[in-house]
Amino acid sequence: MPFAIFAALFLILPTMYIVIGAFRSADGGFTFANLVNLFQPSILASYWISIKISLATAVFGCLIGFGMAAAVTLGGLPNWLRGPIMTFSGVASNFAGVPLAFAFLATLGRLGLVTVVLKQWFGFNIYAHGFNLLSFFGLTITYLFFQIPLMILIITPALDGLKREWKEAASILGASGFQYWRIVALPILWPSLLGTLALLFANSFGAVATAYALTGSSLSIVPIMLYAQIRGDVLQDPHLGYALAFGMIVITGIANFVYVWLRVRSERWVK
Amino acid sequence: MRVQRFWSIIALIFGFTYFALPLIGTLEFSLRARRGVYSLDAYRSVLSDPQFRETFSYSIVMAIFTIFVGALIVVPTAYWVRLKLPRLRPVVEFITLLPLVIPPIVIVFGYIRLYNTSSFLPMTGSVTGTNILLMLGYTTLSLPYMYRAVDTGLRTLDVATLTEAAQSLGAGWTTIIARLILPNVLVAVLSGAFITFAIVIGEFVLASLLNRPAFGPYMQLVGANKAYEPAALAVIAFSITWICMGLIQLVTRFSKHTKAQR
Repeated sequence: MPFAIFAALFLILPTMYIVIGAFRSADGGFTFANLVNLFQPSILASYWISIKISLATAVFGCLIGFGMAAAVTLGGLPNWLRGPIMTFSGVASNFAGVPLAFAFLATLGRLGLVTVVLKQWFGFNIYAHGFNLLSFFGLTITYLFFQIPLMILIITPALDGLKREWKEAASILGASGFQYWRIVALPILWPSLLGTLALLFANSFGAVATAYALTGSSLSIVPIMLYAQIRGDVLQDPHLGYALAFGMIVITGIANFVYVWLRVRSERWVK
Repeated sequence: MRVQRFWSIIALIFGFTYFALPLIGTLEFSLRARRGVYSLDAYRSVLSDPQFRETFSYSIVMAIFTIFVGALIVVPTAYWVRLKLPRLRPVVEFITLLPLVIPPIVIVFGYIRLYNTSSFLPMTGSVTGTNILLMLGYTTLSLPYMYRAVDTGLRTLDVATLTEAAQSLGAGWTTIIARLILPNVLVAVLSGAFITFAIVIGEFVLASLLNRPAFGPYMQLVGANKAYEPAALAVIAFSITWICMGLIQLVTRFSKHTKAQR
């Protein structure tokens, strides 16, 4: 079966190799030293900033994406809007990587359109007020460009699954709109919401190209550190590189596991 | 209802601003190459760059090979699993989703170490070998999208009956897959193919770490060294993604049309 061979050779084996490498010392013996070595300040700091960025983009992506998806599905907007918005979400969620970085440099960079317009028309220099695209905040804004559409794509079917009868039943029993959301709709949507949050987290945790093209190697998030390590062994310890990669697998793995588990739970209600 | 509608419109306007501004900004920036007036200089400079043509055509060729190999692996597998091994479906589905779980950078890291010149399969030793490795890496990345598309396509077919009918007419497995299953899921394969195309054209990490002259690393290089050309490249890349998604919609609509006629 060609699929099994393909999957083994180009997906399972390389990953296993990294995982095993993470537990191997330079002379080939079994060791936890590599993993222990991860707990040094510079590496911990880069994991921490990666987690913070991923968390921030996931949370904001979730909230904003949910808001927009709710506006499209339940907000009483004209129906023809829906098609274009879904198509655009498909495009934007795939529009990551290097060009996305360019787009934001051209918009919010030092000479970008928004920066220039704000400065010339309103005399407000965002860079003088502490904004910097090549920072935590800048990266978060940029990542949201593909996180929000992904959220819209995933959560819209769940919102469509909210039956109109539930809402009617709630209002017959005297519930206000707010009560309906708090007691009926949100608990049903909860697993989907949290699950998508985990997925968005993993999605931005593994992203390299955008951050690399945006900041070079000045912002040391984990993927960029690993990238530099693969290129030129900057950590001066190849096995520490394996450990770094292993850490990434563990974190995205946990996030995805949470996603799948919650997804299964949420599908009980949406038939 | 009225309050809801008000907030919906606010949300929509907010979203529209956030998503439109970078696109407008990029477009405007890409036209600013000549001082004081809008011009297409940046595009001219990009399009006349021989490296642009080389890397771009390299990536297109890569994408086509990836789509071909991906279809070759996915269609028989999805068909076989549906027909004979329905119990294995969750396993296969899980494997096809793995590329979304394991970050690409980790996968390529594994490739570099596993297939280096002193290994059992020294693929990174030669240019052709590396090209093949990169292509297979892309196939891996596109696996989740391709498999899902094809599997959804197969869902609408009565695979068992079709197979039996073909077999009683004397068709072998190759004939069944090539002349019966493939034409039936062609639309699904095509929509998977366009996503693959969009992914491969802009991909950066794999190509860069395997040192192949693809479009992604080229864009990064231009971004590090030039001012207006990157914006032009971003506009080009965005249009390609847009075209690919548009084609998916078109193909799906086309398929619905043919089904309605039956």
